[in-house]
Amino acid sequence: MNALIALSRAIDRLNERVGHAVYWLVLAAVLISAANAVVRKAFNVSSNSFLEIQWYLFSMVFLFCAGYTLLRNQHVRIDVIAGRLSPRAQAWIDIFGTLFMLLPMSLIIMWLSWPVFVQAFERNEVSTNSGGLVIWPARLMIPIGFLLLSLQGISELIKRVAFLKGLIPDPAQKQHEKSAEEELAEEILRQRGEQA
Amino acid sequence: MTTFLIENMAPLMFASLIIVMLLGYPVAFALGAVGIGFGLIGIELGLLQATLFQALPERIWGVMSNDTLLAIPFFTFMGLILERSGMAEDLLETIGQLFGPVRGGLAYAVIFVGALLAATTGVVAASVISMGLISLPIMLRYGYDRRFASGVIAASGTLAQIIPPSLVLIIMADQLGKSVGDMYAGAFIPGLVLTALYAVYTMGVCVVKPSWAPALPAEARTMKEPNGDTGTRSLLVLFVLSAIAAVLFAKWYYPPGAPLDEMIVVATSMGTAVAFFSALIGKALKLNFLSRLAERVVFVLIPVLALIFLVLGTIFLGVATPTEGGAMGASGALIMALARGRLTWKLLRQGMDTTAKLTAFVVFILVGARVFSLTFYGVNGHVWVEHLLSGLPGGQLGFLIVVNILIFFLAFFLDFFELSFIIIPLVGPVAEKLGIDLIWFGVLLGVNMQTSFMHPPFGFALFYLRSVAPAKDYLDKITGKLTAKITTGQIYWGAVPFVVIQIIMVALVIAFPQMVMVYKAGESTVDPSKVEFNIQQESDAPVANPYGAPATEGEKQDKANDTAQTLQDAFKAPATAPEAPKK
Repeated sequence: MNALIALSRAIDRLNERVGHAVYWLVLAAVLISAANAVVRKAFNVSSNSFLEIQWYLFSMVFLFCAGYTLLRNQHVRIDVIAGRLSPRAQAWIDIFGTLFMLLPMSLIIMWLSWPVFVQAFERNEVSTNSGGLVIWPARLMIPIGFLLLSLQGISELIKRVAFLKGLIPDPAQKQHEKSAEEELAEEILRQRGEQA
Repeated sequence: MTTFLIENMAPLMFASLIIVMLLGYPVAFALGAVGIGFGLIGIELGLLQATLFQALPERIWGVMSNDTLLAIPFFTFMGLILERSGMAEDLLETIGQLFGPVRGGLAYAVIFVGALLAATTGVVAASVISMGLISLPIMLRYGYDRRFASGVIAASGTLAQIIPPSLVLIIMADQLGKSVGDMYAGAFIPGLVLTALYAVYTMGVCVVKPSWAPALPAEARTMKEPNGDTGTRSLLVLFVLSAIAAVLFAKWYYPPGAPLDEMIVVATSMGTAVAFFSALIGKALKLNFLSRLAERVVFVLIPVLALIFLVLGTIFLGVATPTEGGAMGASGALIMALARGRLTWKLLRQGMDTTAKLTAFVVFILVGARVFSLTFYGVNGHVWVEHLLSGLPGGQLGFLIVVNILIFFLAFFLDFFELSFIIIPLVGPVAEKLGIDLIWFGVLLGVNMQTSFMHPPFGFALFYLRSVAPAKDYLDKITGKLTAKITTGQIYWGAVPFVVIQIIMVALVIAFPQMVMVYKAGESTVDPSKVEFNIQQESDAPVANPYGAPATEGEKQDKANDTAQTLQDAFKAPATAPEAPKK
């Protein structure tokens, strides 16, 4: 079990690193898209590759951050009922969900999307828009994204089992960082404290 | 058993989805798993092709290359940066000072600022938290009714859901296959009407229960002239002068018959610019021709209006696509936070972090929904839903009422992302078959879903208000009096009148579709004489790029194109927009 917990920690670190690296692409996408808009209006020129890069970045953000989002427990749940159950029951639900929902879905998509990438790579497919980008890197994002998600699923599975065995505290309770809402509330209170 | 399964695949699938989602495992994966599970059963039973799942990578590809969804991270990031720029605090304080001495003034200020924040930050939680921390204590200090005060704050915060640029409208447009620009244009007037309804309710409260919303006493005014004057006269004069400047500009610049929306937007911007520069010159030269209050209002309000123009103005005028508008808005938010000295590396990283996670979970719900719908459509689930809904008595109206009631109750359990991704694709095609305008339908459901933020006990706005409202009795800093806490019951009861207003608004949108239909105002009637010129336009318009070219967003867009305008005049065509080149 200790080896598994170590594995889980390694996966958590991996997805955390990926998440923290990939979120910069949000800023990149904002700046590129704003620049595209201004340049197109001002000089009446536009480049398809720069337009396509916007959604390449967007895709990378949501696909590569899916595992990171799971690590932070931010995928939306309906907790009307589950929220009232004990932490142990919730851990069981997560184990069931990971085994029968997340992993099957991710593995099937990974398995089916790999050949699509290989085909695009071998034929060196290029976007049908003139001056467009090479397609295979975007095709590769799907299996990588779902791999990261599956890995995080495995890590969450290990953590839930370890919790049920009493080896680690409840992973669902662990607060990594303050939420954006808490930060905002604190900042407003701080500003007002200074004024008073 | 097998025949039962085969005949009832769709209802069984839908029932399973509900059960599985209620388990509390993330919705995105529940959707995907039910889709895959039933897909396997369907293949086993010979209902579905064995190659069904081969379509999955293409479905995800479709989500990736969807230019509309790109607006989601942009507007999210814009909101996250703006909410921490101090803009909301300044607005609430200044407008509170301005309106405070009127009876119910603080409530009007909250509603007005709520609408302004909705058009900029667009984050319900942030609006509610800012108002709960800044306006609520002042309202309590001067004796506002607790239920009324918390209700007006929670409700004004939720305006972000319906006033553009809201995320739910983007998703709705995407799911209904309509342009986001049209959806925004359609939601604009209902958003304003709803804001007005909140204000009318406040007026009613001031008449029936004046003690619920007292005027602020003179000593609560901190922004005063040295001689004790309030300075509102100066502001009024400035306002009238700017309005005159705007009207004169419109008269001078536009020939009669020019497009009205463009004229209004541009003229308003001119008037605002006049106010801003006169205040700026006055301050720089220390002429002091403006009162402190007037100067403050100008400097706080105008950057916000400029930002609204940068985003919504350009989208409505057709200069920018919503995606571009979002990117410009996000850049504008960064500049504004920088100018206010609030932009730190930490804030930037937090903004990107939250945006990335939100984008991932929202888009993954869509991915899950696409996996689900692959099987669901395969087993003719859409036919089943259509059969259920089109058999309703009362035609269009009966359908609209049933769908709205359904969504109203589902909204107790599902949030608007889930509703838009799961329910909208099911009911949208039926609505279209019944001849319902899909923009109208989308805006209507948007107003309805907004309610889910305020109905007790699960409404998010109430939850965030609870987290910042005083939970214990406390000593007021200014008066030193012991002030009682706000109970959860007071927050719940305070929301009830606003939920009722919301339901009235749903009925109004059903009764007066014209409120939404104005989005069609800029649309063209196809004129054969213009066909040739359209082709020419296609050749120099960025038709080669289907991504982000404004022309693909809707027919209004080309109005801004000067060449088009000149050519059109040459053809003596009516002042309507030319047909946009299609993708």
